[in-house]
Amino acid sequence: MSSLPVPPPAVVEGLVAEGISLGYDGRRIIDGLDLAIPSGRITAIVGPNACGKSTLLRGLARLHPLEAGRVLLDGSDVSRIPRRDVARRIGVLPQSSIAPDGVRVADLVARGRYPHQGWFGRHSSDDDAVVAEALADTGIADLAERPIEELSGGQRQRVWIAMVLAQQTDLVLLDEPTTFLDVTHQLELLDLLTALNRDRGATVVMVLHELNLAARYADHLVVMSGGRIVAEGDPGSVLTASTVRDAFGLDARVIPDPVSGSPLVVPIGRFHSAADPE
Amino acid sequence: MGAARVTTGPEVPGERLARPAPSGERIDASAIGAVRRAARRRRVSVVVVGAGLAAAIALAALSFGAAGVTPDRVISVLLGGGERIDRFVVFDLRLPRILAALVVGVAFALAGAVFQSTLRNPLASPDILGISAGASLGAVWAILGIGAGGAIVAGSAFGGGLVVAIVIWLAAWRQGLHGVRFVLVGVGMAYLCGSVVAWLLARAEVREAQTALHWTVGSVADVRGDELWLLVVGTAACGVVLVFLTRALRPLALGDDHARALGVRTDAARVALLVVAVALVAFATSVAGPIAFVALIAPAVARRLVGRGGAAVGAAAVVGGVLTLGADVAGQFAIPGFTAPLGVVTGVIGAPYLLWLLARTERTRA
Repeated sequence: MSSLPVPPPAVVEGLVAEGISLGYDGRRIIDGLDLAIPSGRITAIVGPNACGKSTLLRGLARLHPLEAGRVLLDGSDVSRIPRRDVARRIGVLPQSSIAPDGVRVADLVARGRYPHQGWFGRHSSDDDAVVAEALADTGIADLAERPIEELSGGQRQRVWIAMVLAQQTDLVLLDEPTTFLDVTHQLELLDLLTALNRDRGATVVMVLHELNLAARYADHLVVMSGGRIVAEGDPGSVLTASTVRDAFGLDARVIPDPVSGSPLVVPIGRFHSAADPE
Repeated sequence: MGAARVTTGPEVPGERLARPAPSGERIDASAIGAVRRAARRRRVSVVVVGAGLAAAIALAALSFGAAGVTPDRVISVLLGGGERIDRFVVFDLRLPRILAALVVGVAFALAGAVFQSTLRNPLASPDILGISAGASLGAVWAILGIGAGGAIVAGSAFGGGLVVAIVIWLAAWRQGLHGVRFVLVGVGMAYLCGSVVAWLLARAEVREAQTALHWTVGSVADVRGDELWLLVVGTAACGVVLVFLTRALRPLALGDDHARALGVRTDAARVALLVVAVALVAFATSVAGPIAFVALIAPAVARRLVGRGGAAVGAAAVVGGVLTLGADVAGQFAIPGFTAPLGVVTGVIGAPYLLWLLARTERTRA
């Protein structure tokens, strides 16, 4: 971005990345990437392993420092907003979470209130109400008093999502939230995020591994490969056989999902192809 | 699909959009409050019971000894009365040592709780990592090398502890806080500093076994006067700063990514917490020497007592005080005709615990 003497007056709503570059130990993963997250919608970022999709999300979430460019939140540079204020507007579910030994579900979810609390971190009854709501919305109200190590993987992931909900942000970023979940729990979780989006108008951005679920649940699909965006837009128009080949190096047929009508990627391997599908 | 596009005006942090009734099971806010209060009750009762125990041990310790003062006479002295000889025994002979043992324990335990929770590693305590040994080296150098006393010794101890912390950071912290390497570098630093202390003591021809013992194992037998005040005031000041800083431990416990997402400036918070912890170690070490294992054990016991995944910093302070006071009293009176300095007693208690912890860590990794 060139630095103009007078800043442009137009304020872009929502989360926007302008020419961001990120990397690890001097190795650049993403170089000068632009992306505008549509507000009030569900965006899914997909791509092959090591394509930089998690790195991009970490950059947007301010979990990883930018080497160049900037991320704008409603027009202002996120790196200049105090962290606490950012935490009141952007909730993040990172890939790795540590649950302290013996912590109760309600207590863990209550930690999402941190950016809303003062110096001494006293919980108010308002905080309790928000925590209760987050537990109910994620369907784990009956687990409030349980130690987290007694829960299953799917329940634990709900607890972490409840913590992010308790943060009460209009933007929620999630880094591979469905990893380690079986297919039933994957769908449950994506339904939960859809409800969050539709009921609360929250903007959801998630990195997903599973292409077909991404195509079904996302309003906006971002396909990445080699640190750049190969295609983005409505899943129906973006997810074609040629996009899949470009991004994943995979031959596939794309047919309409018989349930949702969204594109369904059917990969073609070396074996098991029927003689002639037509 | 057609997701509802909701337009929002200028953002007011914390203000929410109206929501429809959700479908799932509800839970009342008061139930959340109950969970929270149960945790607080547990924390408070650990602190209260611990403080009561410390008071009882202190009262017993004031009565014990060559010049027997019965508990009722001790109490009347403490209330401002009593005979002159009793007042002398209680205030001048016994109370300083008891206070020193108590506060040294509080300081080491606070430092240990902060180190272990900030670094999310139960082995990462300042005594294991050589921070105490570095502080001890700094103090010995100030006393023998430049003939300093009082606050300068404490300052030099702080410098010694900080240098060790920085060396460990340069050598290993960046590779990850959980690594064995990180603990091994600390153990190496502990040996190195211990050897230099021994060499300094030998070179200065320190002949009194008491002094050598003080700086190699640690003792509160001779802490009094200005030294004691420095310890008390320094520990109290660090404690006040920690009241503000330990708030960040709750999000930090969830991992750095979560902590950042919750608005914590993780590196700044970690550095601030650790610097205060090093200062606590410095105050305690500069008057009592490197008392072993208190910083390792007290926070672990406190976490176990309080439970529920808290850092239990306040409870650790109380447990630490009870532990060192109890150990010092035991060292004086447990075996008739035989006394041991505080550092030896805590070492005897602590070594088996360390072995157990190592064995357990090994098992959970396997």
